[in-house]
Order: sequence, then C-alpha cells, then structure tokens
Amino acid sequence: MDLLLIFLSAAIVNNFVLSYFLGICPFIGVSNKLTSAFSMGVATTFVLVLTAVVTWMINNLILLPAGLDYLQYVSFILVIASLVQFVEMFIKKTSQPLYRALGIYLPLITTNCAILGLALFMALRDYSMMESIFFGLGAGTGFTLALVIMAGIREELELADIPKPFRGVPITLITAGLLAMAFMGFSGLI
Amino acid sequence: MSKSNSPINDFMNGIWKQNPIFKQVLGTCPTLAVTVSVVNGVAMGLATTFVLLFSSLIISMIKSLIPNQVRIAAYIVVIATFVTIVDIVMKAQFPELSKALGPFIPLIVVNCIILGRAEAFASKNTVVRSGFDALGMGAGFTLALLVIGGIREILGSNKLFGFVVLPDTVEPMLIFILPAGAFLTLGILFGIANNYEQKQKDKIIQKAIAAERSAKLVTVPAAPQTETEEA
Repeated sequence: MDLLLIFLSAAIVNNFVLSYFLGICPFIGVSNKLTSAFSMGVATTFVLVLTAVVTWMINNLILLPAGLDYLQYVSFILVIASLVQFVEMFIKKTSQPLYRALGIYLPLITTNCAILGLALFMALRDYSMMESIFFGLGAGTGFTLALVIMAGIREELELADIPKPFRGVPITLITAGLLAMAFMGFSGLI
Repeated sequence: MSKSNSPINDFMNGIWKQNPIFKQVLGTCPTLAVTVSVVNGVAMGLATTFVLLFSSLIISMIKSLIPNQVRIAAYIVVIATFVTIVDIVMKAQFPELSKALGPFIPLIVVNCIILGRAEAFASKNTVVRSGFDALGMGAGFTLALLVIGGIREILGSNKLFGFVVLPDTVEPMLIFILPAGAFLTLGILFGIANNYEQKQKDKIIQKAIAAERSAKLVTVPAAPQTETEEA
C-alpha cells in the first residue's frame, strides 16, 4: 500500500514536472511531437529507475557508512552521467531500432534535473530500496504523462491563431500553467 | 581590440541580449521553482552566479588540460564541487533560506546555464573574458528571478521582500504562489519580452528602409542625366 502511495504521489499528485518543476527543459524542448515525446518519456523512465537503484546503493552502502555524505552531489551526478552513457552503449549493441528511436534523446537525459532531483529526494526522505524503485517508476510515469499530454496539446496549438509574440515558448508555458491547475485537482487524492 | 571583445560587452551580453532565461531558455527549472518570493529568487540567483563564476574561471584555466572526450564529465565535477561548497556554506550561515530552497541548491549542478556557458564560452576564451561573461549571465539570471519573484510575491501574498505592500482589502491571488502561477507568470513575461524585441527589430528595419529611401531620393535625379549624356 505504501509503495502504491509513493508511486501515485510521484506520478500524479506531486507530478515531477508540473508541481516540482523538475525536467522543464525537455518538457519544453521535446514536446513538439507526440511520438518523440513518448520516446523521451520512456527513455527517461528507464534511466530514472536505474538511477534509483544505483544511487540508493551508493548512498546507503558506501557514502553514509563511510561518513562521506558531502560527496553526494559529485558522486550522484557522475553515476548518472556514466549510467546514461552505459545505457546508450547497451541499447546500441542490443537493439538497433530502439537505439534509432531514442538515440538523440539519451545524452540529453544527463542534464535532466528530474534524474538528479530523484536521487536527492530519495536521500532526503530516507527511502528503502523498494520505495526508491517505486518512486523512480512513479516519477518516470508522471514525466511521460505530462510530456505526452503537452505534446498532444501542442500539436493542436499549431493550428490555433496565437498572437505573434506568444508563439513558441510563451504559449507552452501558459498551457503548462493551465495543466498544472488541472493537476492541482488531484491534490486531495492522498 | 574590437568592441565586441571587451569585457564590459561580455558582461552586458548576459543581462539582456543573451539573457539566459528570456533569450536562451536555460535554467527554467529553478526559475519556476524558487520564485515564490523575491528573497528566495535573489538567493538562488546569487548562489548560481557564484557557482557560474568560479566554475567558469577554473574551466577556462584548465581547458587545455582536459581531453576532449571527457570534457563534459570534467566540467560537471568542477561544477558539482562548487555547488557542494555553496550548499555547505548556506546550511551553516542561512539555515532558513537553505531549507526554503531545499533540493534546488544541489540542483544547480544540472542548471543548463552553467554547463552551457562552460561549453560555449569558458572552454574557448581567456580567463578574464570568461569571468566577465559568467558575471553577466549570473546578473541576467538574478535580475530575471528578481522580476518574476517580485510579481509572484506581490500578487500571491500582497508582500514584497516580506513587507506588506498591498492593503488587506485586496484579496491575495493564491494561485500565483502555487506551481500553476509560476508557469503563467513566466509565460506572460516571455511574451512581453518577445513583443518588445519584435518592436525593436521593426524599428531598426524601418530606419534602414527610411535610410534607403532617402538615399534613393538623392540618386534618382542623377539617373536621367547620365542617360541623356549617353544619348
């Protein structure tokens, strides 16, 4: 039950993009097309779950017992950067179609704040291994959800008559604001 | 030395012409998250400026030592080191502020402005120029946070810098300190900035057209003369 709660909380109620503002850059950058938004979401979710496992182990098995918690940021970001690199190489070797679908988005994930944010929140809240995995899964689902909804809206916006200065980024931000308002409706859920 | 290379120009570049938020759309995550009040926004801006300045200086100093393949990883380690310093200092000196900003101080590591400037500027230019560029970018970022934070604080809680500025009869619009308000404020400000930019551009174009016309007016009477001479 607790695990389900963590998952739902990260995915919907405290959506990573719309209420924690993590991962805004890809949210604005890659939400032009539905298909690429979905690919980006899946790739990010995959890295999020992997990061949750690896950083949990590093933090709880190495850094905390050795009293090195001031090295958290440096080691987390290095783990994430190398993890992303590793995932990229692995996918390239094993599945060419998947690599071609995700290829360009993979390196971008390193600088996605959602990944480091996840690692930091986990450390802050003292999650167990299982909780961390569900937290990562929830965060990824929430990110994908927000990205796909946004891409759907933006595809329709192409046809709308928007005042010239508001085209592009401004209207995307305003749409995100309305979307965030809609997601506020979930706040009573937990 | 040409004008575009002067340190002052590097500095001014960041404030408006290449403002990290309104022009380059970098660092949007902290912008939206911490601008609940002016104080939080400015604190975030200053912390980012500190990290930006010192990582730019160090990276431009050691740029020739870093092998090209691992440069991004090396930059990130430099940046993460300075972020750790900021975080520890803030926890000790300003515990309340550190609590309010929460995980967004460590998240400066992945602020695209810093890595972006390291890659685009500090890795190619001298130490002095990189320093001024970093200061300009930091100032531009802080100013943008100040404006956004100010608007949200006044509208959302009737206060500015923590002091009450609007009378009680004005109902505070709570939405502006909630996440949705952050998106709306930045979106509208962005539109206004774009509009201003467009008008400036139109003015320049119109001036150019006017100049061309007046130049033509001078040359037009001369044209038939040459024709008659030829005839």
